[in-house]
Amino acid sequence: MKVLLNGELVQLPEQVLFVSDVLKHYEIHDKVVVVEVNGEILTKLEHQSTRLADKDKIEIVHFVGGG
Amino acid sequence: MLKIGSLSFQSRLLLGTGKYPSFEIQKEAVEVSEAEILTFAVRRMNIFESSQQNFLEQLDTNKYTLLPNTAGAKTAAEAVRIAKLAKASGLCDMIKVEVIGCDKTLLPDPIETLKATQELVKEGFIVLPYTSDDVVLARKLQEAGCHAVMPGASPIGSGQGIINPVNLNFIIEQAVVPVIVDAGIGSPGDAALAMELGADGVLLNTAVSAAKDPVKMAKAMKLAIEAGRLGYEAGRIEKKRYATASSPKEGMSIG
Repeated sequence: MKVLLNGELVQLPEQVLFVSDVLKHYEIHDKVVVVEVNGEILTKLEHQSTRLADKDKIEIVHFVGGG
Repeated sequence: MLKIGSLSFQSRLLLGTGKYPSFEIQKEAVEVSEAEILTFAVRRMNIFESSQQNFLEQLDTNKYTLLPNTAGAKTAAEAVRIAKLAKASGLCDMIKVEVIGCDKTLLPDPIETLKATQELVKEGFIVLPYTSDDVVLARKLQEAGCHAVMPGASPIGSGQGIINPVNLNFIIEQAVVPVIVDAGIGSPGDAALAMELGADGVLLNTAVSAAKDPVKMAKAMKLAIEAGRLGYEAGRIEKKRYATASSPKEGMSIG
């Protein structure tokens, strides 16, 4: 499926179905990240239960240095 | 002891984590500052290049309280969204509300800041709004239920120090929550003055991260804030126009 991932249109491999699969695919499953799908902010637990669909808008954010 | 909401801290220095020359220097600066609260910003992750280092990964997050900010927000709605993203990390309940209303001065938008504060208090966050030195707004933020008010000393990153000590004094006098002077601190003297005026804490970033020796400056800020606080608690003498001798006038062996 094709999704809008952090502003970029991305073709995901077939086996990537859930949010947790996306995190593994990009090798960021061990990092502190927060995911928002179509404007809904997910808890960590919801990463495994949230199934993605074509044209979903996914935002993955993290903490960076700031004042 | 600095109490913010349900949390207590030994240190009255809150340290920003932006713009250090290297992670190594930053780590050392954070260590010697003895700060317990560290601020962060929330940004899109560059997932297509995940090998990039991140300061948070090098930090023992059990040792520190994270204070994410809503920097980047220009409206209350944007600030609330960023706050919720930060909280969903499961690492923090505190949020520094930062809604910028002017790109040149980086001064906060007072109306959006108040709206965001009201909303986030309702949502159960520990809310610390960054505000200007506006006395009435500081009072209204308190009335909205914020857990600390954070008036700027002068514009963010400007290093001008406290440009309106009169207003800062009024804000401190009327405060029913901690007052943390945030932004514009340039030198240890500025930080000490903020504390002498009765501030409960100081939040700074650039003054340390952009100093010639950030580690040494982190130590200087820690000591200045401690000294300023002690001076405030000790109670300074009144200023007088003329001199008063420190040595006794009686018993002089001259004349």
